[in-house]
Amino acid sequence: MSQYLVLIYESEAAYATGGEQVGKEVMVAHQEFGTKHAAAIKGGEALQGSATATSIRGGADGPVVTDGPFAETKELLGGYYLIEAADLDEALAIAKDVPARFGGVEVRPIMTFE
Amino acid sequence: MLSATVRVTRDLDLAEECVQEAYAQALTQWQTDGLPAKPGAWLTTVARRRGLDVVRREATGRRLLPLLQVELEGESDYETFPDDRLRLMFICCHPALTPDAQIALTLRLVCGLRTPEVARAFLVGEATMAARITRAKKKIAQARIPFKLPERDQLPQRLAAVLDVVHLVFTAGHTAAEGSDLVRRDLVERSLDLSRLLREMLPGDADVAGLLALILLTDARRETRVAGGKLVLLENQDRSRWDREAIAEGVTLVREALRRRPPARYALQAAIAAVHAEATRFEDTDWREVAALYGILATVWPSPVVTLNRAVALGMAHGADKGLVELDALAGDPQLAGYAYLPAARAEFLRRLGRFDDARVAYGEAAQLTGNDVERAHLERRLAELG
Repeated sequence: MSQYLVLIYESEAAYATGGEQVGKEVMVAHQEFGTKHAAAIKGGEALQGSATATSIRGGADGPVVTDGPFAETKELLGGYYLIEAADLDEALAIAKDVPARFGGVEVRPIMTFE
Repeated sequence: MLSATVRVTRDLDLAEECVQEAYAQALTQWQTDGLPAKPGAWLTTVARRRGLDVVRREATGRRLLPLLQVELEGESDYETFPDDRLRLMFICCHPALTPDAQIALTLRLVCGLRTPEVARAFLVGEATMAARITRAKKKIAQARIPFKLPERDQLPQRLAAVLDVVHLVFTAGHTAAEGSDLVRRDLVERSLDLSRLLREMLPGDADVAGLLALILLTDARRETRVAGGKLVLLENQDRSRWDREAIAEGVTLVREALRRRPPARYALQAAIAAVHAEATRFEDTDWREVAALYGILATVWPSPVVTLNRAVALGMAHGADKGLVELDALAGDPQLAGYAYLPAARAEFLRRLGRFDDARVAYGEAAQLTGNDVERAHLERRLAELG
């Protein structure tokens, strides 16, 4: 089995506009996803909004701390799942079920060191 | 042979190495022992054995072993896995790879072209192509793109990607995008091989039948498309030199492919090619039928190029002025901007209507836009004929 990280990228503005109702629906969708793929899910969390992000970059005089996410894009990392799958096809089949109505997900294989 | 070896190694690079080593061993061993009864099978067995040795060695102490054992059950006769090449095609055409990489990998691994040959087919430098192939192979290995047939519910979508790659190989060969030759025979042959292989593996599939038919019917005109380095239009081709055998096979396949409703893209394109192939003379072409088929095609596979072809067919069926009206309706389409066939088609209709000044402008525009030397020469000849 291999492990894959499913990164959820979505528009934060869409959530802000959608309000409480949308938040509830998405919560339910994630619970359903969690039940359906319980055996494959090894971990996963939702993240606070990008406004709470702090980035640290290496500078000439040591690390520089700045406000905001690492890259400014329309769709931002909002959560992730760590899943286990036999191969990419199986991982993609699971990742297609991840709720991400205001964006999409990125599937990355976890590197293994032998 | 490569696909049979990948089955054992599960690693494309290692499999390629093993195949090369098998050839090297053949060079020395066949000289002393003579040619084996089945050279192909001999090579495959040697390549697979080498692959197994390496994998076994590497697998010691790893958890790969149980996985391998399952695979080894079929080891004694790899010929019971004739679909290994098909699996290889599904890996190469996996949607997780870029379309460029899909085509390159298919040519490299399924057709066995060398990297410089693949590079030449797509007019990129050898280093660029080598990097593209390496990157794709790395992704297959690291993301674990599986060496297996897609699940049933995924099959139509995944097969569509495979067919598109085969079709792209064909079009790349049928009208080389740039350069001095109109046709690249090797690429056409490869696409024919691949579609025959698909047909063998999936005999009941209408899309596969449609694509094979399209390639056969289009390629049946190969001997007559160029004469003395000059492009010969459909109108002036010597139809007695069309490949009747290919046409007969293609027409049978079209009938089979069209039985499915709604008919799919390649089946419709093949049906159009069949209308041309079955007309004894250019004047006998059933242009209404061609226009109607393009009309259906536009609904299942909308593309400005299809609309353009439909406009041309309508012009042929109902007169050049009608064709011109249809073409002018497309003039603003941004997707057709820079597409040489639009001004070329306009020029033909304008010439037929006796509007020579306008025709001259359109021919000139088309000649500037095409990247193929043979096509450009044809357009410039037409321009010169107008004086």
